[in-house]
Amino acid sequence: MIASLSLILLCQLVGEVAVRALAVPVPGPVVGLVLLLLLLLARDRYPALARGPLGNDGVESASRGMLANLSLLFIPAGVGVVQKLDLLAEHGIAILVILAVSVIVTLLATVATFVAASSLFSREDETP
Amino acid sequence: MNDNPFSLWVYLSQSPLLWLTVTLVTYAATDAVSLKTRRHPLANPVLHSLWIIGLFLLLTGTSYTTYFAGAQFVHFLLGPATVALAVPLYENRKRVAAAVLPMLVALAVGSLTAIVSVVLLARAFGLPREIILSLAPKSVTAGVAMGISESLHADPSLTAVSVILTGIMGAIIVTPLMNFTGITDFRGRGFAAGIAAHGIGTARAFQVDEVAGVFAGIAMSLNALVTSLLVPLAVTYLLR
Repeated sequence: MIASLSLILLCQLVGEVAVRALAVPVPGPVVGLVLLLLLLLARDRYPALARGPLGNDGVESASRGMLANLSLLFIPAGVGVVQKLDLLAEHGIAILVILAVSVIVTLLATVATFVAASSLFSREDETP
Repeated sequence: MNDNPFSLWVYLSQSPLLWLTVTLVTYAATDAVSLKTRRHPLANPVLHSLWIIGLFLLLTGTSYTTYFAGAQFVHFLLGPATVALAVPLYENRKRVAAAVLPMLVALAVGSLTAIVSVVLLARAFGLPREIILSLAPKSVTAGVAMGISESLHADPSLTAVSVILTGIMGAIIVTPLMNFTGITDFRGRGFAAGIAAHGIGTARAFQVDEVAGVFAGIAMSLNALVTSLLVPLAVTYLLR
């Protein structure tokens, strides 16, 4: 458990250091995600890596536990809404309408593109 | 025994213990309600935790800074949770590899739609420039959006609020909206939830379907990359 958490933190730490050292506009945790993915893929190739957090479902079960409660992690930032009550009183309705319309349009545009593109590409695969 | 209950409150309200407990207990309760209603969209645990905790802070006259000093331990886990998305991604790697092209096209369209739609709508509503800039990165996960907002000299705390509001609205609306369109491809449904509503959409997607959750997680990570590049471009072009 502790070893698995350490591995996750270590991936994030390396990610944060890398993006700052290279001054690239990529979030550190996203680089950490890629690192952990590469480690898991490397383990398939080299079974010798399957020890400690990478063995016996260690990092997998720690990650699943964290993701099962992903919603919880947004609450502290979200409570920040109490600081913005005066702004929301002034522009709240407009902001809510804008965000709602934007999220609906984005959901529809994304899913429509995904479905259209996946049927297009799979048809090309069938008729080479 | 302490003969002054007020001094006990002063002590508790300044220690992380109370605010961490309030956050976890409220979430545990709202999540239990959400489970009881078989994950009904309107029983969204984030939405209900926010108003309950917000009301509690207002009634006790506690500042957000004091609250956050305790709750930051939960907030901190957003980073490790992003790293943890590698695991479902790894476990579903074959399914993901088979859908790389549709994902990239949908990422480009979705990311651009999220930014352009909010900027144009906000301009049409005549909102001040600072608010428009703060709303622009609302579809990416909180930490990244706040960074973008800072680099634009906008208001990162307003950005955080609009990110959470977007996530909650996306999470509430995604299931009924997708059922209405009749789309049953859970890869696409999840991907859209991750693009439009970042981590809260992803959390919702994991509740509905494991595959949807995986695709939402990928969408959210990719969108964090693309949006941090696109927002500065979009606002300079759209807000001249």
